Amino acid sequence: MQKIYTKIESIVGNVITVRAEGVRNQDLAEITTSQGKSYANVIKLDNDLVSLQVFQGGQGVSTGDSVRFMGVPMRVSYSEDLLGRVFDGAGKPRDNGPELTANMVEIAGPSVNPSKRILPDKMIRTGIPMIDVFNTLVESQKLPIFSVSGEPYNELLARIAMQAEVDIIVLGGMGLKYDDYLFFRDTLEASGASSRTIMFIHTASDPTVECTLVPDLALSVAEHFALDGKRVLVLLTDMTNFCDALKEMAITMDQVPSNRGYPGDLYSSLASRYEKAVDFEGAGSLTILGVTTMPGDDVTHPIPDNTGYITEGQYYLRNGHIEPFGSLSRLKQNVNKDTRPDHRALMDGMIKLYSAYKDSMEKRSMGFMMSDWDEKLLKYGAMFEEKLMDLSVNIPLEDALDLGWKILAECFEPNETGLRSDLISEYWPK
Amino acid sequence: MSVSTGRVTGVNGNMVNVAFSGQVIKNEVGYIRVGDSRLKGEIIRITGGIASLQVYEMTGGIKVGDEVEFTGELLSVELGPGLLSQVFDGLQNPLPELAEKCGFFLERGVYLDPLPDKEWEFTATKKVGDKVIAGDSFGTVPEGLFTHMIFVPFSLQGEWTIKSIAENGMHRAHETICTIADEKGNEKELSMIITQPVKVAIEGYEERVRPTDPMVTRIRIIDTFLPVAKGGTYCIPGPFGAGKTVLQHLTSKNADVDIVIIAACGERAGEVVEILKEFPELTDPKTGRSLMERTIIICNTSSMPVAAREASVYTAVTMAEYYRNMGLDVLLLADSTSRWAQAMREMSGRLEEIPGDEAFPAYLESRIAGFYERAGKVRLRDGRTGTVTIGGTVSPAGGNFEEPVTQATLKVVGAFHGLSRERSDARKYPAIDPLDSWSKYNGIIERSLVDDAYGYLRRGHEVGEMMKVVGEEGTSLDDYVLYQKGEFLDAVYLQQNSFDPVDSVVPVDRQKESFSILHSILSASFSFEDKKDARLFFNELRQRFLDWNGTPADSPDFEKRKSDLVSFYEGRVR
Repeated sequence: MQKIYTKIESIVGNVITVRAEGVRNQDLAEITTSQGKSYANVIKLDNDLVSLQVFQGGQGVSTGDSVRFMGVPMRVSYSEDLLGRVFDGAGKPRDNGPELTANMVEIAGPSVNPSKRILPDKMIRTGIPMIDVFNTLVESQKLPIFSVSGEPYNELLARIAMQAEVDIIVLGGMGLKYDDYLFFRDTLEASGASSRTIMFIHTASDPTVECTLVPDLALSVAEHFALDGKRVLVLLTDMTNFCDALKEMAITMDQVPSNRGYPGDLYSSLASRYEKAVDFEGAGSLTILGVTTMPGDDVTHPIPDNTGYITEGQYYLRNGHIEPFGSLSRLKQNVNKDTRPDHRALMDGMIKLYSAYKDSMEKRSMGFMMSDWDEKLLKYGAMFEEKLMDLSVNIPLEDALDLGWKILAECFEPNETGLRSDLISEYWPK
Repeated sequence: MSVSTGRVTGVNGNMVNVAFSGQVIKNEVGYIRVGDSRLKGEIIRITGGIASLQVYEMTGGIKVGDEVEFTGELLSVELGPGLLSQVFDGLQNPLPELAEKCGFFLERGVYLDPLPDKEWEFTATKKVGDKVIAGDSFGTVPEGLFTHMIFVPFSLQGEWTIKSIAENGMHRAHETICTIADEKGNEKELSMIITQPVKVAIEGYEERVRPTDPMVTRIRIIDTFLPVAKGGTYCIPGPFGAGKTVLQHLTSKNADVDIVIIAACGERAGEVVEILKEFPELTDPKTGRSLMERTIIICNTSSMPVAAREASVYTAVTMAEYYRNMGLDVLLLADSTSRWAQAMREMSGRLEEIPGDEAFPAYLESRIAGFYERAGKVRLRDGRTGTVTIGGTVSPAGGNFEEPVTQATLKVVGAFHGLSRERSDARKYPAIDPLDSWSKYNGIIERSLVDDAYGYLRRGHEVGEMMKVVGEEGTSLDDYVLYQKGEFLDAVYLQQNSFDPVDSVVPVDRQKESFSILHSILSASFSFEDKKDARLFFNELRQRFLDWNGTPADSPDFEKRKSDLVSFYEGRVR
């Protein structure tokens, strides 16, 4: 018999305190207010004074409302029934489907034993040349997309969700504009990818606390699918909203801020989520691709800075394409040696030439004379940007490599590319 | 001593308040009983009859009234034969064994024996009737390449007499092999394994001496320009992606020390996996055995509990001091000390202490100093010496070295290897900034010559900066040559290609040889017609030097390329 408490002692921000006994740290409670029911979880115990964080927020909570402790921590249902469904940050259905209560699993479980991890060596094909060819995504990798507001990062994620060669996509949306949520839903439905997708969506107008739960919900569902042998890709957008929600909550709870108002444990909070990315030996894998919008396009801002220390590289999305410079997949060496013999050399060679093209562009804008070589580079750069960098290009890796050779052949003589002769004799278009 | 108990009165994050009966000690270990499991914690504050524990596990599920058992002992590690080649978490739980027991995940509240109860071949070095004091050795066992000394516990007080000692031969690690008694007749049984509180430095040596010998890392910029002494301390601050961890890995592979302890503290688990998969395959250049045999890994990665991260660097340094007292050279690499400092900050926040800079606690500096001060060179009672060298990486927020952890670290270390984003973006590896960094130790090459070379680097850099403003036209030929010399030094000596099997590891003799040629090039005065002539000359010279750098010392091309290089530049000397 669960006891109901009806004396709320204080309501500060999203945190309420009640006097209760036998309550365990991080347990879930249900609050019945005049506006309906909301969940809350225990965040602090001090003798019989229990502090709870109300998912719906403190607004409208009365001191006379009733609190019922459920005796379990926050959980989420895990089964195949999740596929194709949309939930909110409290795990309740956002579509018109039924609420799922079977096979509940705890969220934010323990971390993986480092000695059980294996070296990642399987590529994830996305059909986007800037990823597949130049900065290959690897199973179990955690990579952020560093971008700024206004860039098409959600379009990029939606394309990856449709095209990536994985079994299951889990999309975690935090602070999404409602329009963006509709965009994701409609795009995935239209492409037929929604049947392998699970969405946990927190929109900008939803309560802050639910924003912080989205990654945990998405990642624990993904982790269980991975343990069942599935290759899962988790897409998180936008992690900056998640961090800002953490900041808001920390400040209302009187925590001492460390850097620009963010809590001192921002690094640990981000790491405990990103480190969920793993390749289980003999089972599936979990890969994380997150969006981090950089406030003021400043990579030294605490959010991108802490993220960069945790993740295995980053993609920079600027001016509508993935930047070849600065973007880095630290794990690409593990896989691009086994794709095709020309992959690594072509990747390096094309980037070097593109960098030379940038120099020529700079020279031209400063009014210098363009040499023959500069003209060749300018032609090459334009083709590279149009045929490979454009985000709408969707071709398999092998075709992208062939296309790369074709572009080179159209612009240069073989000996101008700096590529090894044996590769040129094999791959140069005749 | 009677052991106290208590009950939980409050939980806030990983801090748990406990009302206790009897006596408790600050920094004593206690276990909170939650259901069937026991969660380890350490008392970090006692106020008004309430002990505050920092708990080394997730605190979900703890409730007010849960039972707490105190142990009467400070947070300790077990030291004895069998530590080498193991992988522990921050509290010395062996991770592979834990994986065997619990599978993929780190289950909380499971504590395994850190040292296996294996049989070792014991040789007594003391006999019945001998007097011993704390830190004396009474026997040895062979552990891999080393003679592992068995010590009388370092915390023992006064003089004791050996009453019995085991015969030479095979004995189990945990069995009693020696009994000692003090003047009052109190008896103590000793095994091969001792427990040592991690936050108390191990003594038992004669005296500390100045670290003088360089620790060779086979990285030119370090050994020649920014050396580290055996028994010294150094730090590597740098923004993300500048190559801190790669540099640490290179050092852990190539440093000419006996034992390497890697404390992966709050960083990616993937990096530890790389070491775990790579090291058993690699051979130690010094001994020809697997690198793993000289390595201990303490691994408390970023998603593991924060409080244990705080403990992990102390666990690592305690093991380092233990092997030092056997007369060995130990290198401790801590990656990253910023994560350790952040763990302190989190705890300080929960204790509601008045925050200092960027919310770090006021005692940040003294803690960092206390940690690095545990490095050093000591003369042991038998006359031999042992060293602990500490190298810590720092991950400054935004890559800005003005932040508190970097600044506090710079105050106490003997060498500073600052990594720069500019150099790593330009693919100049190792990305140690040669002008910002410094070292107080003596390297493999005479100080005055190194300072000389530094002069060229500094002036060349100044000319380079000036040239950005006035252009090449506005620079005099002499200045331009200085600039080229600085660039040349950078390209052929400071940068090192870690993918090239020859250039990635350069032994001392070869460094000396190539530095002497470099130095004569730098100090020579050349005759050039104009800047273009100078540029072409240095381009060619650089190419020849790099070719020579990539030539194995035992190849017939080695001497030829060297003489080609020398005759090429000597032809142009004025």
